[in-house]
Amino acid sequence: MDIHEYQAKELLSGFGVPVPKGGVAYSAEQAVYRASEVGGDRWVVKAQIHSGARGKAGGVKLCTTDADVRQAAKDLLGKTLVTSQTGPEGLPVHRVLVEQALPIERELYVGLVLDRKRERIVVVAHPHGGMEIEEIAQREPAAILREEVEPAVGMQGFQARELAFGLGLGPAQVNQAVTTILGAYRAFRELDATMVEINPLVLTTDGRVFALDVKMSFDDNALFRRPNVAELRDYAQEDPRDAEAAEHGLNYVALEGDIGCIINGAGLAMATMDMIKHAGGEPANFLDIGGGASPDRVAAAFRLVLSDKNVRAVLVNVFAGINRCDWVAEGVVQAVRDVHVTVPLVVRLAGTNEAEGRRILTESGLPILTADTLSEAAERVVTARDGGVAA
Amino acid sequence: MSILLDEQTRVLIQGFTGDKGTFHAKEMIAYGTNVVGGVTPGKGGTTHLGRPVFNTVKEAVANTGAAASLILVPAPFCADAIMEAADAGIRLVVTITDGVPAQDMMGVKRYLWRYAKERRTTLIGPNCAGIISAGRAMMGIMPGHIYARGAVGVVTRSGTLGYEAASQMQALGVGITTSVGIGGDPINGSSFVDILALFELDPATEAVMMIGEIGGPQEADAARFVKEQMAKPVIGYVAGLTAPKGRRMGHAGAIISAYGDTAAEKHEIMRSAGLIVAPSPAQLGATVAAALRQRPSRPVMVPQ
Repeated sequence: MDIHEYQAKELLSGFGVPVPKGGVAYSAEQAVYRASEVGGDRWVVKAQIHSGARGKAGGVKLCTTDADVRQAAKDLLGKTLVTSQTGPEGLPVHRVLVEQALPIERELYVGLVLDRKRERIVVVAHPHGGMEIEEIAQREPAAILREEVEPAVGMQGFQARELAFGLGLGPAQVNQAVTTILGAYRAFRELDATMVEINPLVLTTDGRVFALDVKMSFDDNALFRRPNVAELRDYAQEDPRDAEAAEHGLNYVALEGDIGCIINGAGLAMATMDMIKHAGGEPANFLDIGGGASPDRVAAAFRLVLSDKNVRAVLVNVFAGINRCDWVAEGVVQAVRDVHVTVPLVVRLAGTNEAEGRRILTESGLPILTADTLSEAAERVVTARDGGVAA
Repeated sequence: MSILLDEQTRVLIQGFTGDKGTFHAKEMIAYGTNVVGGVTPGKGGTTHLGRPVFNTVKEAVANTGAAASLILVPAPFCADAIMEAADAGIRLVVTITDGVPAQDMMGVKRYLWRYAKERRTTLIGPNCAGIISAGRAMMGIMPGHIYARGAVGVVTRSGTLGYEAASQMQALGVGITTSVGIGGDPINGSSFVDILALFELDPATEAVMMIGEIGGPQEADAARFVKEQMAKPVIGYVAGLTAPKGRRMGHAGAIISAYGDTAAEKHEIMRSAGLIVAPSPAQLGATVAAALRQRPSRPVMVPQ
């Protein structure tokens, strides 16, 4: 789960990370009020969306008057911002962060991430923050500073000091940077984050250190024990179908094609999509119904897949272990009766109670095409889709 | 022969008396697994499915001589259950549960290292289908009847795609020694390399099928291991050639991850390491069958 910059700054500031003075606004009036709260005579107004690279997309505006702040907020709120990280559809701006503008001398990079290979939290840092950090990592990987954290004892002060000195900070700033890095680490651990990124971490002309921009992502599996993080979820930043899917224990990702997919297991789902492509089709979605698929869940899966108006045929492929084919078949029959399925439907059931599942489908008298194997299922659904076009 | 598990292995079930525990325990017993009891804190002293229930794993081990444990407890309690089993001296822990927090697994992996190698626990999972030694025993949730007994080892991150492979192989008369689902979580117990090493040493296993997924470094590590340390043929597949690149935030993930996250890149890495890559997920079985027919082009080294 991702959160907004202003939320991440509030969280990190609770762990002692220095952040610029600022506040969130939902309207132009509120933005002006925030600017007066912050004080001073230079502010930045930043669009709050779940994406980086907002500056280049016009989502960050520097302001020197109240009128500027009002205009910047007006321009951004309600807009859809497309960045290099959002995909072409972009993300809607419903909130802006109004913040004091700082006199910046240097921009640095600090990121914390769960490294799958090391199975540890790794802190990476580089003396040059900003957008080009990935290219730097590619070009000269040795220039990236890294510290692996031993999980039994947590991050140590010397590790943060090595990073801070490695960033080229002077003695006066090292302690501030150490506080920042250790604070970000404690937030990572205590909030079950999967990523904390401070980019840039800035050094101001008057020698202070601030987290100027912050991103945080969290482990969905741990939200049950982090209610204060879970409540920060902003559904407006997610595909509404994702939320609908999550509610029913489904995992759904919309794609460009026209063959709807309902499958159990992520690996089999991807393999089935590969087979559809092999057979000359294009999957309309990825959908994993998971284990223990009740008839209700199967019906929800059908509603979700058919809410995509591009779908011209549907393939159900279930290899039952924890699931049972007869339950899935009952779910399919119920869904076809309840949800109005007007496109051709191909069902392939295998595994536990396979024969029973097939019998239920056949005896339902519904126009359901069946298949025995993965390749047969993929070929059949592509043919059915093309037949649908001719008719 | 098989790896990790056979009909002699004394198996406990943690979360024995719950709905899931009961259902899968029955299936496992019916398959021939030597289930010697279970653990449910607070229900010690009772009997379930004709087997004793204990309050703690230590007590269960002392009374039954169990060497393996299947964990079916809910995700919030999984890390605790795994560490309890490891501390009680259980040598093989299979965790089926999905949704275990990643940082819990980070702690569990670190915890397992505190024991000397001779008594260290092998952890399989979480978020996996488990282990089946065809025709002998199963610790998991797979449909047992699709696994024919034979000479191919299977290791897979995906549960259901593993079923797909097993049934394709069965349809072609190709059998399996043991199939291991290592699970799809970012941090899991045993890696591809750990399981490949066991198959290489198992005299009954003549070839190995390895089924990966997109994301993570495990397939590339495995390919290197196959090239450098294995004599047996390995057939590989990674699903997700058509998967789109996910939306992402920030740069930190990209900085630490190297080349090799996509299915196409993983296929290329496997091919260049000498693995035989199945051309499509519908040809998993056929590719294994063809590789077996080619043998013994690569001699099998049986270690002493």
